[in-house]
Amino acid sequence: MSDPVSALKNATYVADIAEIKEVGPVGMITLRGDLASKPVQKACMTAAGLKIPQQRHCFTQDGNSIAWMSPDEVLIICAYDDVAAMLGKLNNALKGSHALAANVSDARAVFDVSGPSAREVMAKLAPVDLDPSQFTAGMFRRTRIAQVPAAFWMPQEDMFRVICFRSVAQYVFDVLGVAAQPGSEVGVFRR
Amino acid sequence: MLIVSCPNCGITAEETEFHAHGEAHITRHTVGSSDDQMETYLFMRKNPKGVHFERWRHQNGCGKWFHMARDTMTLEVFGTYSAQTYNPPKDLLAEIDAKRPGWRDVS
Amino acid sequence: MSTRLATGGRLINKSNTVKFRFNGKHMHGYEGDTLASALLANDQMLVGRSFKYHRPRGIVAAGPEEPNALVNLGSEGKFEPNARVTTTELFDGLRAESQNHWPSLEFDVGAINKHLSRFLPAGFYYKMFIHPRPLWKHVYEPIIRHSAGLGRAPKTRDEDTYEHFYAFCDVLVVGGGVAGLEAARAAALSGARVIVLEQTAHWGGRTPVDGGEIDGAPAQTWIDATLAQLAGMQNVTLRTRTMGAGVYDHGYVLGYEQLTDHDPDKPGPRHRLWRIRAGHVITATGAIERPLSFAGNDIPGVMLAAAVRDYVVNFGVSVGDRTVVVTNNDDAYHTAFALKHAGLDVPAILDARDIKQDSEVMTQARALGIRVMMGHAISSVKGGKRVTGVTVCAQAGEGAVLEEISCDAVAMSGGWSPVVHLWSHCGGKLIWDEVNACFSPDPDRPPKGADGGQFVSTAGAASGSFQLDDALNDAFAAADGTLRCLGMKLPREAKAAKGSRREEAPMAPVWLMPQGASVKLREKAWLDYQNDVKVSDVRLAAQEGFVSVEHAKRYTTLGMATDQGKLSNINGLATLANALGEAIPNVGTTTFRPPYHPISMASIGGEARDAVFQPIRRTPMHDWHDANGAEWEPVGQWRRPYAYRRGGESTHDAVSNEVKNTRENMGLLDASTLGKLIVKGPDAGKFLDMLYTNMMSTLKIGKCRYGLMCNDNGFLIDDGVVARIDEDTWLCHTTTGGAESIHAHMEEWLQTEWWDWKVYVANVTEQFAQIAVVGPNARKALEKLGGMDVSKEALGFMEWADGEIGGFKCRVYRISFSGELSYEIAVNASVGLAFWEALMAVGEDLGLRPYGTEALHILRAEKGFIMIGDETDGTVIPQDLNLHWALSKKKEDYLGKRAHLRSHMADPNRWKLVGLETVDGAVLPDGAYAVGTGKNDNGQRNMIGRVTSSYYSPTLDKGIAMGLVHNGPDRMGEVLEFPGTDGVTYSARIVDPVFYDKEGEKQNV
Repeated sequence: MSDPVSALKNATYVADIAEIKEVGPVGMITLRGDLASKPVQKACMTAAGLKIPQQRHCFTQDGNSIAWMSPDEVLIICAYDDVAAMLGKLNNALKGSHALAANVSDARAVFDVSGPSAREVMAKLAPVDLDPSQFTAGMFRRTRIAQVPAAFWMPQEDMFRVICFRSVAQYVFDVLGVAAQPGSEVGVFRR
Repeated sequence: MLIVSCPNCGITAEETEFHAHGEAHITRHTVGSSDDQMETYLFMRKNPKGVHFERWRHQNGCGKWFHMARDTMTLEVFGTYSAQTYNPPKDLLAEIDAKRPGWRDVS
Repeated sequence: MSTRLATGGRLINKSNTVKFRFNGKHMHGYEGDTLASALLANDQMLVGRSFKYHRPRGIVAAGPEEPNALVNLGSEGKFEPNARVTTTELFDGLRAESQNHWPSLEFDVGAINKHLSRFLPAGFYYKMFIHPRPLWKHVYEPIIRHSAGLGRAPKTRDEDTYEHFYAFCDVLVVGGGVAGLEAARAAALSGARVIVLEQTAHWGGRTPVDGGEIDGAPAQTWIDATLAQLAGMQNVTLRTRTMGAGVYDHGYVLGYEQLTDHDPDKPGPRHRLWRIRAGHVITATGAIERPLSFAGNDIPGVMLAAAVRDYVVNFGVSVGDRTVVVTNNDDAYHTAFALKHAGLDVPAILDARDIKQDSEVMTQARALGIRVMMGHAISSVKGGKRVTGVTVCAQAGEGAVLEEISCDAVAMSGGWSPVVHLWSHCGGKLIWDEVNACFSPDPDRPPKGADGGQFVSTAGAASGSFQLDDALNDAFAAADGTLRCLGMKLPREAKAAKGSRREEAPMAPVWLMPQGASVKLREKAWLDYQNDVKVSDVRLAAQEGFVSVEHAKRYTTLGMATDQGKLSNINGLATLANALGEAIPNVGTTTFRPPYHPISMASIGGEARDAVFQPIRRTPMHDWHDANGAEWEPVGQWRRPYAYRRGGESTHDAVSNEVKNTRENMGLLDASTLGKLIVKGPDAGKFLDMLYTNMMSTLKIGKCRYGLMCNDNGFLIDDGVVARIDEDTWLCHTTTGGAESIHAHMEEWLQTEWWDWKVYVANVTEQFAQIAVVGPNARKALEKLGGMDVSKEALGFMEWADGEIGGFKCRVYRISFSGELSYEIAVNASVGLAFWEALMAVGEDLGLRPYGTEALHILRAEKGFIMIGDETDGTVIPQDLNLHWALSKKKEDYLGKRAHLRSHMADPNRWKLVGLETVDGAVLPDGAYAVGTGKNDNGQRNMIGRVTSSYYSPTLDKGIAMGLVHNGPDRMGEVLEFPGTDGVTYSARIVDPVFYDKEGEKQNV
């Protein structure tokens, strides 16, 4: 079997105001179920060592993350090579419960947007209040980036991790590039 | 462009994250229903000038459906609530009664 | 003549000379100039020709209300038509050309129109060009097209970039004059997040020119201090060169930031459109001075009084050596003082008011030696391309000339109108202010937002508070009220800034000068400079019955130009009201619509242009297709290969060869775009039985079934193969276009109707690259790659299995949309390209050739397989397509079942699917209609059917088609007539829609 290739083979765009890098392949498992139920909570803990995050948050521990997608869905983010084993453990733990776990690693593309103006670059494309007082590390937001659905969170200040569908990876990379063009600082987000 | 609050994920965001799906609380008629009931179910809509109960989906967000009570004239939003209900919540109806006395006679 | 003064000019830097060109002529100005001030400094009084009569026109204003001075700016990729010189900041190398004249600005042939002006009255176009009808296309339209429009449309691609920015705040203040700054200061003290937008490059608005003191110091001192205070606050964002363009529902405001217009070599986007969501909006947009309506008020050199003052004070530019001031209020006197102060001559102030007791300014004027003529007016202005003098008359009379005063400029003031646009955009109402003769925002009828409460307030002159102390108090109160609306509070110690006050005599409304001006004078008294609407036109409109202000506007075109009547609207309304004998408030205003001032189309598009105009979806094999001759077909946002051209093949030949090769050897299709939805749960079977017309719950694990989906109206919406994965899991394939919509459709029913059913759905469309390996050699190729058993015995038709092929983990479905032996193989998207290449390599000896969507269509059409979107169009039901076999009779209910019983659905006269074969082998035009006998109620020939799919079949070497025909299946062999749009009538025979391998032997081997 060939090595997995991410949509843009880790393409990178570097500008003064921000750097955009396609990262991946990244492991991702979508899990649908009753997030308040014991079996689902136990399955996440057993398989990935993760607690169910708060509404609209992303929780990270030991390199694995879990993001709140909707009232009955979380996204587990892990190393690409760990997906099969983790999915096996999840399904094992969920035997007998009503839940759906599926590997969606290849359905997505992942970008890191970093740099001093990362917030501004994102705020040019997503209709989200990204003021430092409103959006902070640990929060997770599903929204749109320009014309396509996307989700993002801030693993750390000055850096966004963005997830979109694989088919529009090039589009998202390109619009992020336009938003990060030299001379386009907005200069509004102060800390 | 409206701002909408999704009761499922707690986000308040602009309309471009959402999609409207028309009138809410329509009873599905099917096998065993009369032709008139089918016509009502499939085609007859209130289209009021004023208070309206609608179905919305947080399309570019959590993906969930919900209901919204809205004034189609002033665009005032009275509230949003779960899609898993046959009727608007009582407290919301009371609020609308207070804000728009007599609305039930119109819509 | 207009010229640069030796002293003065608070906004210019005389140590930095800036070179520019106007109509090719080299000129120079200074850093800080607008193009308007620089043109005036170069004695360029004539700057353009009017729209209709091509009258010579000069600069009238100093801000965005300028109606006349529009120019073409720049060239090629930086070309911009209709740029206002008053809002264009001067930069080195600027090139401007005047518009709307031929052959030159100085000598213009179109000006002949002005002599015809009595034949070009209001509604001229409507009256003139109606008859005779045939003249429209070849005579009237070309003439109008030639003469219509102001600037030229750009011919070259715009080389700049544009962007959006989403901003959020509690309080948005539009306008950076003293009222805006005061409102922002007060609001910010509460800790609210505040954004302040100022359309020009400077803060403070008019006050530094108009004078006055704030908190006991010159206004400029207070402005500087307040700015510094705001700039130091974390919760405040200040933006100059950013106009509040429009206020929309629920606190949505567009801000238009011009980043590089003043410095085109600066890197970065040219314009940024701020998409602001504000809790509350305070519009501190100031006021605009009104012209006076007298004969010759459009001659270059006649200017708004405040603009004359602006040019002197801000730019050190005098419009004329001898300026006559004509006014109905005290404010214009300050223009006379500014001119005097600059050493210029003011021969007279013609004050139309009848005031016995001198006000402060009148006394002051007389003290300066200025002749103040109360109750006097301009009868007419003398001059052509510039002012040479005015004739003076009594305002009360009909214009009898009392004397003539020679002058080279006229400063006029008809009073001030608050800029209410932003207040009105989203429903704020106005009241008529008798004292100031203007429409002001009605605080009792504000625009209302999402919660039903007020979300826009006005501050300062925008509220109709024209005195400095009133304006500042109003701004403070606006901030206070705003904070209350937001549930926030001013700190207790916060105090309003204290402004000085002038003792003024009341203004008196003057809508026509002189009051009883004769027709001859009225025909030269301009209301709307840009659209050439005169007092006489509005009167004519009223006379002809256009009593509604909205009708009169469209009939006369008053206020319909790019300035949207900023100067003309109130004067026009008043003129209409007078003509109708109505009070002005009874006539009302026209609707204020965004944007306040034109914004670039490109800024609205933002980043969405060129490669990212819209998202293009690519499969994992996209680049391979591109490198191997793919011609692309857009399928929704996807790009799919239409065909792969090899060597010198035409597209048509490539398609034919792909079809033949797939039937004879082997083809490969990228089917990754097909939707793949996992449906899982204890109620999944029951759920799918409701969604599909046929039974899915009984499908055996390991098997596939073709399914049809209808909506509850009964119409077909999708089809595809469903595979049973395990006891409670199904995988549903949808059409390419259906992946998202059918996923949403499933979620809709689960969330809004059957929310107690235990079913989860996941859209895994993009997780997989799916490749159809099709043709007699398909099995050989897979066996050569090695791995799982794909024999007929191990994997029969309509079965699926998980396994490995060529080292690739995969799921193989034995399904066929071509009628051939076919495997659809799903691998993870990240190895999709590698798997595709592995198949290409192994297929080399087996005659493998990839095929595109057109071959896919032909292959399915030869087999009579329907395609959602071709055979269906949202009005077609399964019965129309003879798909009764797929309608379960065992199920009590499914979406569409009851609807199929409705009378029209059950009508035996519905058109039904048949095959069509032309008698001569030609290809029927897609979409052509079959005509029957007789005519319908509209006198058109009766239609009895239409073509839904039509192709040239390379396999059969003739045209084949499918169509829906009235009683079609009962009319086998009958020949129908299909008139094409090419003038040819095609004859086609009704046949069985399965053209090839009717028994289905080829796919089941």
